[in-house]
Amino acid sequence: MKRARVAWNGTVTDAVPLDDGRLLLPDGTIAAESDVIWLPPVEPRTIVALGLNYADHAGELSFAAPKEPLLFFKGKNTLIGHRGRTVRPNGVNVMHYECELAVVIGRPARRVKAERAYDYICGYTIANDYAVRDYLENYYRPNFRVKNRDRTTPLGPWIVSHEEVGDPMALRLRTYVNGAVVQEGDTGDMIFSIPYLLEYITEFMTLAPGDLILTGTPKGAVNVQPGDEVVTEIERIGRLVNYIE
Amino acid sequence: MNVRLRLSGRRHLFEAKVDWRSRTMTLEGRTAPIDEWEWEAPDVGAMYGVALNDRWEWEGMAEAMTAPPYEQPPKGPVLYMKPANTINAHRRPVVLPPGVQRLRAAPAIGLVIGRTAARVQREQALDFVFGYTIVNDLSIPHEQRYRPAVKEQARDGFTPVGPWVVPKEETVPLSSLMARVYVNGQLVQCADLRRFRRPPEQWLAEVTEFMTLYPGDVLFFSWPADAPLVAAGDVVRIEMDGIGVLENRIVAEEGGGGA
Repeated sequence: MKRARVAWNGTVTDAVPLDDGRLLLPDGTIAAESDVIWLPPVEPRTIVALGLNYADHAGELSFAAPKEPLLFFKGKNTLIGHRGRTVRPNGVNVMHYECELAVVIGRPARRVKAERAYDYICGYTIANDYAVRDYLENYYRPNFRVKNRDRTTPLGPWIVSHEEVGDPMALRLRTYVNGAVVQEGDTGDMIFSIPYLLEYITEFMTLAPGDLILTGTPKGAVNVQPGDEVVTEIERIGRLVNYIE
Repeated sequence: MNVRLRLSGRRHLFEAKVDWRSRTMTLEGRTAPIDEWEWEAPDVGAMYGVALNDRWEWEGMAEAMTAPPYEQPPKGPVLYMKPANTINAHRRPVVLPPGVQRLRAAPAIGLVIGRTAARVQREQALDFVFGYTIVNDLSIPHEQRYRPAVKEQARDGFTPVGPWVVPKEETVPLSSLMARVYVNGQLVQCADLRRFRRPPEQWLAEVTEFMTLYPGDVLFFSWPADAPLVAAGDVVRIEMDGIGVLENRIVAEEGGGGA
């Protein structure tokens, strides 16, 4: 089952996307997609993100693949919904999209064993974790000016339950800029798998329901410009549309 | 002094009156010694720390900053996050992770945001701050600052906050603030804002230039250069004049090898 969050008719509500593109609201109302504003489908307190979790992407950025997961945190200021607009700062040279499978935690998770990891996951969504590479500095890298800017992490359009997705380690990812495929990968190529990551992270910290793990991006980073339409797509989950302004 | 706080087992926020002289607090008509209540952390959102703001720490790192892997001193603010699982309260234990002998207990002044702060000017920055609180920015000691120190900083309970939030109108000007740290009753660290490389107002302007801070979010500033190391059994007490006292005991994990 898919679950979205939208603003509709002056209120914020859960919504279930129907096959015809319309949305079923909890009170039975059916809303046209053009009548809603899509919101991030979850409001996490903690967002854990992975750097360099695909060997081909690490190679593309001239890094050796990490031996231990490279984690960093993101604030809620970064999140926007499906069809939102992300600002490219004036005067920067390189801004990359990053299509990522986002894991949504379903139960309090502490010292979870990898083989039980999926019991703690309620579902998945898509994140586009933009990086403004001009601001890279070698302190707590990738630092906040690169990765924690307002509205630089479109999330959605919805959460798909773990049961419906099945094995999250065998999903195709694709990014389109203005309709052309620019990034292609497979979640099976992650250096650290989702079960491994959940065990690794919860060995030292507790995750709460609604918290997110953004699992990194494969090769294919391309600069984006104002006016671009960027679509990040993950098999069995959906297509997340975002615009650069 | 009027403060805003939360208590264990109670869902709502309280406004209370604190009397320093008698070390009592009056809440819902009842006056009692401050430590008779059981505490929760004040109502806080995201906790962002500004690293490399301590002049002593900066000077200690100055040579390393021009060598690999850093190459050059940072231009923008260097921030780190203490996520929600790290939030802890006054007089609650801090658990040493298994195999860890010592923690760095850095005192920090927390600026609690009062209204949504985006692209604020330095001159108006404090208008967006509701008040101040004390933060104990605990971490497993680490030198490496090239990558985020997540395992060292983001452990459960590593960020005691409190005991309350003092509205800025109720207390002394930020610039005259002084932090004193006691371990087991002994004074081990004394620091003031003159040691900051930049004043908090300027950091607020630089940070909100690219990221919005929301009501309840905390931007905190520590003095890690001479912060004490603490072990199981130690009691860390951070005092800030005009704000309060935040005290926590370090304990070994039950069944763990902490001590």
